[in-house]
Amino acid sequence: MRVALFATCVNDALYPSTAIATVRLLERLGVKVDFPQAQTCCGQPQYNSGYRKQVEPLVTRMVNTLAEYDYVVTPSGSCAAMVRNHYPRIDVKSTELAPRMLELTEFLVDVLGVEDVGAYYPHTVTYHPSCHGLRMLGLGERPRRLLKAVRGLTLLELPAADECCGFGGTFAVKNPDVSAAMGADKVAHAEETGAEVLCGADNSCLMHLGGLMRRSGSALRPVHLAEILASTEQEVAR
Amino acid sequence: MSGGTYLGMPSFPVAAKTATHDGRLRGNMHRAMNTIRTRRARAVSELDDWAQLRQAGKEIKDRALRHLDEYLLQIEERVTEAGGHVHWAADAAAANRIVAGLAKAAGAAEVVKIKSMATQEIGLNEALAAEGIDAWETDLAELIVQLGHDRPSHIVVPAIHRNRSEIREIFRAEMGRNGRPAPDDLTDRPADLAEAARLHLREKFLRAKVAVSGANFLIAETGTAVIVESEGNGRMCLTLPETLISVVGIEKVLPTQRDLEVFLQLLPRSSTAERMNPYTSMWTGVTAGDGPSDFHLVLLDNGRTETLADEVGRQALRCIRCAACLNVCPVYERAGGHAYGSVYPGPIGAILSPQLRGIDNPVDASLPFASSLCGACYEACPVAIDIPEVLVHLRERAVEQPGHGAERAVMNAATWLLDHPAALAAAERAASATRKLHPRTLNLGPAAAWSDTRDLPEVPSESFRAWWRKQHR
Repeated sequence: MRVALFATCVNDALYPSTAIATVRLLERLGVKVDFPQAQTCCGQPQYNSGYRKQVEPLVTRMVNTLAEYDYVVTPSGSCAAMVRNHYPRIDVKSTELAPRMLELTEFLVDVLGVEDVGAYYPHTVTYHPSCHGLRMLGLGERPRRLLKAVRGLTLLELPAADECCGFGGTFAVKNPDVSAAMGADKVAHAEETGAEVLCGADNSCLMHLGGLMRRSGSALRPVHLAEILASTEQEVAR
Repeated sequence: MSGGTYLGMPSFPVAAKTATHDGRLRGNMHRAMNTIRTRRARAVSELDDWAQLRQAGKEIKDRALRHLDEYLLQIEERVTEAGGHVHWAADAAAANRIVAGLAKAAGAAEVVKIKSMATQEIGLNEALAAEGIDAWETDLAELIVQLGHDRPSHIVVPAIHRNRSEIREIFRAEMGRNGRPAPDDLTDRPADLAEAARLHLREKFLRAKVAVSGANFLIAETGTAVIVESEGNGRMCLTLPETLISVVGIEKVLPTQRDLEVFLQLLPRSSTAERMNPYTSMWTGVTAGDGPSDFHLVLLDNGRTETLADEVGRQALRCIRCAACLNVCPVYERAGGHAYGSVYPGPIGAILSPQLRGIDNPVDASLPFASSLCGACYEACPVAIDIPEVLVHLRERAVEQPGHGAERAVMNAATWLLDHPAALAAAERAASATRKLHPRTLNLGPAAAWSDTRDLPEVPSESFRAWWRKQHR
């Protein structure tokens, strides 16, 4: 089984710890993972902003770079949904890549068939299901089942969990007031749970929520799901 | 009297900014939305064949739209056979001219109205006022909006932005100027407010010679118009006056009577969370001795044919105006309906208004961007309109308009960089090398829009790409 990591541009440039955690987690589970270095970005920012022509070279790059792998695993529901749901509309060449692109929790639960990944994380955690993973991929209970199996972890239910956090890519800067109002409500719900950690499976949403939390001096910390699942007794993430 | 209009509205982000800082509006909206969402979810979950109903609704509407040319002619034939008159209105001005002419011919100085989105879309009340004809809204919420010199902010619950005490103040101040006054001791109890409205409206129902309505559905097979409502005020309008004028968008067509079976389940559960709505009125032309003796059907295009010509955008014409997409939309809840600058607010408005009105004005050019693309609307839509897909499609049209040069340059530059991994790696190294110098806030353009409320993320000491190279040297 040849497996490639699609790190995503956001994780590569701003959250390398998430991509590193994904590699360590997969290796711990016995999966040899490759990182083809010609990969960059899926092109979702351009696509969702209305610049479809600017996406085309990036689709071609993704298709060529990831051609020889059985599975491509990515720690981002949103980027996986871009490739799986939108790529075929942009370029027919991508129809062969689309079904091989899996979000991390899909790969763990559906392909590897594991829910207990042997992680240890002694913290209280609440989980925000980001929209594209929730609605476009249909991740369902996979992330929460993985979290529940983590030793030391207490999972607290997030009120109004299915409601968008307000990031939405360029929406965050084109409609900053509504975006921040949605984010503030999400943070308030997370704080209500009393959890130490706000966990998500998309760092772009966590960047938005983390930025709000840091500005307001919240005690909550944003942590990507992959980093929690990669944690062990020997090495606990943040 | 005339209500507010949408002319000269600011773009969505500007209008929404005011709403997000209006504590009372946010409170009214949050409470109302929460209640509607919970009740609707329950009403939908009662049916184990909801997914099949939704698929059937989508397919019936698509069939109607695919053969719209034939069905519309069939409707004209059936309505005429049944003693009614059919008028074709290419745009708002034509429809308004037809209705005003018919009202005048009937010798009416006033008309009563059933809640109708189409007549709001064309600004009928204002057009009639200009001809010296008063148009009285008789739906309770539309009455509140009209008396308050206000605009509707929701498709099904037009006064959702008002609370009880605001409504009492509007009734006390305005009813007397427009007919029977509200009692001096009016409280803000819902039953008292409803009674005041009932007495105020009764006078108008009994006096009116002409009524104006829309329709939820037009059945091609029989020429029957259908209205679904909760209060019974619509039934009064449809049965008491001598002349009935129905202004109906051409996309309201259903091929056969049998198709109603699907929509009379989808619509009430999706809109008001009812298993069945209290009043369903159907009429075909005129019937001697029963209801209006003079019936006019005004078939309204007003941008619909052009919308139908757009392969991606045409699915918006499936809409049955249930407002389920508004009720689940986190952007609508916080921005309020008025920010959308149209009678059609919320997600459906964001794809309908720019298509019906054109995208070359500030409000309509901003509407496709008034969404985080979270997809809650698509999930809730009872006729499966993929609203996020249409939003992105309309964004592609919007950025072709003037004023997107700088943004296009940024997108081009980003694509170039992302298509050159070596250059990207160099840029990442430069950012990491200067990471201590990067501020948490910036006062420039999009960065300021981000950092007014949010800290910027820290740049890491090395990119993932750099880490991987070190590991695999």
